[in-house]
Amino acid sequence: MKRTVVGAHYGMRDWLAQRLTALLMALYSVMLAVILMRGEPITYPVWKDLFAQGWMRVATLLFAVGLVWHAWVGTRDILMDYIKPDGLRLTLQVLALLLLGAYMGWAVQILWR
Amino acid sequence: MSSASAKKLRPKYLNLRALLFEIRLPLPGWVSILHRISGALLVFPFAAWLLYMLDRSLASEQGFQAVNSYLDLPLVKAGMLLFIWAYCHHLCAGLRFLLLDLNRGIELPAARRSSVAVLVVSLALTAFFGAKLW
Repeated sequence: MKRTVVGAHYGMRDWLAQRLTALLMALYSVMLAVILMRGEPITYPVWKDLFAQGWMRVATLLFAVGLVWHAWVGTRDILMDYIKPDGLRLTLQVLALLLLGAYMGWAVQILWR
Repeated sequence: MSSASAKKLRPKYLNLRALLFEIRLPLPGWVSILHRISGALLVFPFAAWLLYMLDRSLASEQGFQAVNSYLDLPLVKAGMLLFIWAYCHHLCAGLRFLLLDLNRGIELPAARRSSVAVLVVSLALTAFFGAKLW
């Protein structure tokens, strides 16, 4: 395809970000599943200590950033495909951004209480 | 004249009714649409629901116990089961798409096999993690 170079990135950045964040989240998921299923019963002290550790907080923060970014690309794709009226689509996209921003803030608040 | 009316109507636009009753969506197509549906469900409501439970369970010992007994409610368990399925399906289908991006398994027979694998493996994982939850 012949493309005029005008500085637009033609969605390549989003496409790549969606895939890299997917890999990041997959790794975190496997790690968490392994930690939770080592056989040790998950009591409150175990649970609290896990999320008190610096590396776990940072890993979970990276997961949250990845999730929000990934979810934004996916949500935008779905809205672009199915919601034809421009005003409604823009409204829903803004609402999705607000929701994802709120998730991010909530996650930070939970991790660094 | 009769040959024209006997011809199928083209183009065929897809909607929910067409998808469910008028055409036979091939398995890779089901994997794809379920990837979208599960993704949308994970964004809302599941992400909010899990953040709520993480928040409460880390806030205090009582909160942790409360979330534990909350997870014992049958309706909550059913919801968790749906969440687990959505997560596993989204993950498995996503890995398949990543391989397709790398031109792995793009021939029709391979693509059909991998779509069956995604559906089966994600259901098996759901059963496994569901059993752990119970």
